[in-house]
Amino acid sequence: MATTTTQTPTVTAAGRGSRLRFPWRMLALLLGAFVFLFPFYYMIIGSLQTEPDPTPAGALPDPGNLTLDNYSDINAQVNLGRTLINSGIFTGGVILGTVVFGALAGYALAQLHFRGRGTVFALALLVQVVPFQLLIIPLYVLITRNYGMADSYLGMILPFAINSTAVIIFRQYFLQLPSEMFDAARIDGASELAIMRWIALPLIRPALLTAVLLTFIGPWNEFLWPFLITKQADLQPLAVALANYISNVSARAANPFGAILAGACVLAAPAVTLFLVFQRRFVTSDIGSGVKG
Amino acid sequence: MTAEAAPPAVAARPPVRPRTGRGSSLLGRHPMGTAFVTPYVVFIAAVFAFPLVYAAWLSFHDYFFAAPGATVDRPFVGFDNYATVLSDPAVRQAFGNIVVFLVINVPLTFALSLLLAIALNRAIHGRIFFRVSYFVPYVTASVAVVGVWLFLFSSGGLVNQILGPLAPDPSWLVSSTLAMPTIALFVTWKQLGFFILLYLAALQNVPKELYDSASADGANRWQSFRAVTLPGVRPATVLVVLLATITGANLFTEPYLLTGGGGPNGASASPVLIMYQLGIEQGQPDVAAAIGVILVIGVLIISLINRRLVGGGD
Repeated sequence: MATTTTQTPTVTAAGRGSRLRFPWRMLALLLGAFVFLFPFYYMIIGSLQTEPDPTPAGALPDPGNLTLDNYSDINAQVNLGRTLINSGIFTGGVILGTVVFGALAGYALAQLHFRGRGTVFALALLVQVVPFQLLIIPLYVLITRNYGMADSYLGMILPFAINSTAVIIFRQYFLQLPSEMFDAARIDGASELAIMRWIALPLIRPALLTAVLLTFIGPWNEFLWPFLITKQADLQPLAVALANYISNVSARAANPFGAILAGACVLAAPAVTLFLVFQRRFVTSDIGSGVKG
Repeated sequence: MTAEAAPPAVAARPPVRPRTGRGSSLLGRHPMGTAFVTPYVVFIAAVFAFPLVYAAWLSFHDYFFAAPGATVDRPFVGFDNYATVLSDPAVRQAFGNIVVFLVINVPLTFALSLLLAIALNRAIHGRIFFRVSYFVPYVTASVAVVGVWLFLFSSGGLVNQILGPLAPDPSWLVSSTLAMPTIALFVTWKQLGFFILLYLAALQNVPKELYDSASADGANRWQSFRAVTLPGVRPATVLVVLLATITGANLFTEPYLLTGGGGPNGASASPVLIMYQLGIEQGQPDVAAAIGVILVIGVLIISLINRRLVGGGD
C-alpha cells in the first residue's frame, strides 16, 4: 500500500498487475491468520502438556509430554459439569427472553404503527452505546439489596434478559416483509399475536438463528456481572469459576497453566464451535445491521 | 466487550402512510404495538433508565451497605462524592490509563483492520478461512483467552523465550510501563476481527467508479487510497474511535485477570475496576456511582460527537 508512493506512473501501472500485488496481500493475510489462530492452537497444546513447556519447542506436540490430567485437575477444582450447566441456564434464559420479547418488540417496531414507536426505537439504539458495566453499582445495589436476587439465576439473567442488538436485527428483517400481507391477514380476522407468531416469525427464520447466535456469545462469555452477584460456587457459570481459579487458586497448583488452559478450552469450545458451524450467519447480518441500520 | 456494543445506526425509516379517520386512535393505527413493546420498554426502564437515575441519586447521597431490613439515614451530600472521586489519585490514574489505552488501541486498530480489510477485499482464495480466523477471538470469552495470554506473556513464557535477550524486564504484565500497553494489545487483538468486518463492509460500499476516475486522472495507488478509500471508510473510522473509547471506559476482565487487579500499583487499573474495588470491595457504592455517572456522561458526549462527525461525512 505505502510502497508505491514514490513510483512513477509506469511502475504503478505494472503494480496493478495481479502478480506484483499478490505477495504482500497474501503475506499480510497469512500473518494475520497466524496471529489470530496461534493462541488458540497454543491453548490446546498447553492444556495437554504434563509439564508446562514455554520454550519454542513446546509449541509442537511432544508425545512424551501429553496428558489429559489437566482436564481432571481443573474439573476437581471448579466442577466443570455444574458450572457448564450454570452457564447454560444463564445463556438459555437470556436467549429465551430475547427470542420471545425481543421478537415481539422487533415486529411491533417494524410493522405496527403505534404512538411512541420512534421513541422506543431510539431507546434501543441508545442503550447500545451506554454499556451496562457503567451501571453495575446501582444494578448491584438494586438487584442484590432491594430485590434480594443475589445468588440466583434470575438476578444473573435480568440485566441481559432482552438483547437490544437482537431487537434491531429482528426489526430489520421484519421491515423487509410486505405489510400488505399482514393487512390481508388482519382483514381475515387474525389477531396481531397470531399474525406475528404464525406468519411473520416463520418468514424470518434466518434472523432468528442470527439473533440466537449473537445473543449466545454475550452471556456465555460474560464475566463481570455473574462474578458480582454469585458468591455461591454451585451457582457460578464457568467463566466466573475459571476466573476465580486463575486469580486465587492457581498459584498453589502443580501445573497451573495446564489446568487454566484446560478450563479455557472447555469455556471457549461451545462458542467457537457454534461460530465455526454458523459463521455465515455471523458475518453477514449482525455487522451490517449494526453499521448501516 | 461483547456484541452488545454494536454501533448506533441511522435507520431507514419505513414509509408512514398517513391515514386519518377510521383506525387511527389515541395509541396509533395498531394499538397492539404498544402491548408488544411493553416488555422491552419495562426491561429498558428497569435495567437502564432506573439504574441511571439511581446512580445519580447514589452519587449525591451518603450511601453504605446496611444490614438487610435496617432503616438507615442516607443524607444528601451534594458534590462530596464527586470531589472524593476527582481528588483520588487512583481514580485519576485509571482515567489516565484509558488515555494510554486509546493512544495504543485506536491507531493500531485503524491501521491493522484497514490493512487486513483491504487485503481481504481483493483476495480471491481463502476469504472464508481468513474471515473466520480473524473473527474467532471476538466470539471467545475473555476469561478463556486471558488464560493463554498469561501463559504466552509470563516472565518465562513463549514470547520472552523468542525475544531472548530483548525480553523486557520486568516482564510484560508486571511492568508498570508495559502492563497497560499489553492490555491495549490484547484488546486490539481480541476485537480486530470485528473492525476488519466493519471496514470490509465499508469498502464494499465505495463505488468502483471512483477508483476508475481516480486512475483516469492519473492518481497512483497511494493517491487513490487517500482520495477514495479513506473518505469512503470514514464512518467506520469514526466508529473505531467511539467503540475504542467505550471499551476503554468498560475494561474490567483484562486488568482484573491479566494484570492481577490493575497492577502493578494501579498502573493498569481501569475505571470499572476502581468502581468494583471502591463500590463493592470497600463498601462505598456512593463514590463508585459517581465514577459511573462521569463515565456515562463521557460516553454519551463522545457518541454525540461521533454521530455529528458521521453525519457530516455523508
